[in-house]
Amino acid sequence: MDPFTRVTGVLAPLDRADIDTDQIIPKQFLKRIERSGYGPFLFYDWRRQGDFILDRPEYRGAQVLVTGANFGCGSSREHAPWSLLDAGFRAVIAPSFADIFKSNSFRCGLLPVELPDEAVRQLIELALQEPGMEITVDLERQRVAAGGFEASFALDPFFRECLLNGWDEVALTLRQDAAIARYEATRPGWLPISR
Amino acid sequence: MGRTMAAKIWEDHVVAAHEGEPDLLYVDLHLVHEVTSPQAFESLRLSNRRVRRPDLTVATMDHDVPTRGGRAAADEIAERQMSALEENCRREGIALFGMGSSRQGIVHVIGPELGLSQPGLLIVCGDSHTSTHGAFGALAFGIGTSEVEHVLATQCLRQRRPKVMAVTVEGELPLGVTAKDVALGIIGRIGVEGGRGHVIEYRGSTIRALSMEGRMTVCNMTIEGGARAGMIAPDETTFTYLKGREHAPRGAQWEQALSRWGTLPTDADARFDAEVSIDAAQLEPYVTWGTNPGQSVPVTSRVPAPRTETDERALRYMALEPGTAIESIPIDRVFIGSCTNARLEDLRIAASVVRGHSVHPKVRAMVVPGSASVKRQAESEGLDAIFREAGFEWRDAGCSMCLGMNADILGPGERCASTSNRNFEGRQGSGGRTHLVSPPMAAAAAIAGHLIDVRAFS
Ligand code: SF4
Repeated sequence: MDPFTRVTGVLAPLDRADIDTDQIIPKQFLKRIERSGYGPFLFYDWRRQGDFILDRPEYRGAQVLVTGANFGCGSSREHAPWSLLDAGFRAVIAPSFADIFKSNSFRCGLLPVELPDEAVRQLIELALQEPGMEITVDLERQRVAAGGFEASFALDPFFRECLLNGWDEVALTLRQDAAIARYEATRPGWLPISR
Repeated sequence: MGRTMAAKIWEDHVVAAHEGEPDLLYVDLHLVHEVTSPQAFESLRLSNRRVRRPDLTVATMDHDVPTRGGRAAADEIAERQMSALEENCRREGIALFGMGSSRQGIVHVIGPELGLSQPGLLIVCGDSHTSTHGAFGALAFGIGTSEVEHVLATQCLRQRRPKVMAVTVEGELPLGVTAKDVALGIIGRIGVEGGRGHVIEYRGSTIRALSMEGRMTVCNMTIEGGARAGMIAPDETTFTYLKGREHAPRGAQWEQALSRWGTLPTDADARFDAEVSIDAAQLEPYVTWGTNPGQSVPVTSRVPAPRTETDERALRYMALEPGTAIESIPIDRVFIGSCTNARLEDLRIAASVVRGHSVHPKVRAMVVPGSASVKRQAESEGLDAIFREAGFEWRDAGCSMCLGMNADILGPGERCASTSNRNFEGRQGSGGRTHLVSPPMAAAAAIAGHLIDVRAFS
């Protein structure tokens, strides 16, 4: 995972709540066995309908998305954050994220930023009124700044560290091998095994 | 103070807890399928790591398998995913129930069937409906592919402890109201985001009275209310279901397991972080009218007036006018299937509605059993004949039109009464319109050609 410290880039607004992962990346694109190559299919059905806001020239190359509550609800497909990353996004700002989407994002290097409703509303308006406006998301200081707008955000300190350092979580856990083996020794013999 | 069942199971699985960090939890059972695992195996290989506990890992093919014509009917990319899974399982020594196996089926149907899903376990799978296994009093939740990789490599998972919400349903279910309606009723009440950050424990006399199949339906839909896991305390119903199953403990081990399972239920003096109570008598057969599972109304009512922009978008997508009687909505397709409602009990109740009737000439209807085993049992009871004679297509097991990754999809604008769990835009096929209902409601709709109250159906 690439470390994430700070990103400055165009802010793109997508003013909808409860965007599910089927909208972010429809199932017909889940058949790849790689982690990359999903960008062109991000929000596929909406794009295909034409005049999709993220396709307007002003928002091309956007790195930060601001959107409605409960973003990423539905399926556990990590293809959702992968497709956002692949399309160039590094952070998503919303009033709330679905649990699994948030957890997936942390683990693949997409920063989910939770801000209060009013702050998100303000950012959406800003991005609509000044298309192409840049925003800075600073993970180290846990601050978001765009034009006159500024806000700080809270974040799980563990995942903050992981993102800042680009840590491989599996490697971290493998260091606890002794503890895992100790735990395994205490598991009762009747627990199911698959063979 | 007492502890909740969720807390007990959590604490039982802590391998390491460090200040400021999420807990490191041990995973008892890791279920794997072809769609969310290839990238995890690939990363594992690239970093020269092996699967730590292949004996605690089980794989099946369900998401994109063809439901007729066998494996030869799979498209090229689906075939690639299936071969990748076979290769990965072979290399790592993981049990795989692939196409053609007598144990193949939807991952959340076969885990319970094989007796692998047991009380007190921590169960994960790269699939959000893993919540289903919570019906056994397990802590079971969906994970993403990076977490799948983490579990493969370490058999552990780092998690922050969720809050616990009690959803208590009391009373006898009115006639025609099923576990699916209980689930839709709960989601309608708490909203699609209501359970976020929580594990839900379902309690109360209504839940106790449900069969294991019904409990699985309720727990399955938990994720649609925003909670990652749903659970029900194990009891006699659970034990009776498990006893004698392939992977259930036997003899002296059964007794040991029973005494442990008896300690799992939430203590009388435990406190929940949130509580919701629902009167079963108020529940009705529900139909979703919109594009998320929280947008439902009783079948006897009308399409509601939009209250938000999300509602307006949903109505536009569904091509519905506020005020339209639900029962007047014609349908083109019926899908009886999915990990929510494709177990034997679901097929039995749907067949009992279908018996002696024919599918409406304008409707194309299909039944997709949840597993090869469900299919066999249904056939031995003659359920397949009832469906076929009525004009239903009788397919092989798989996820099928629940998510339409194979050839089973809705065409643009087609309207479907479906026993699955998600009515998201395009879920069952680009431009397709999904109305979530219970199995008897889907069966009745197939015959009537429109959505209809199964209670008034004869
Ligand atoms: S049946 Fe549907 S919800 Fe269940 S695992 Fe398959 S795709 Fe997912």
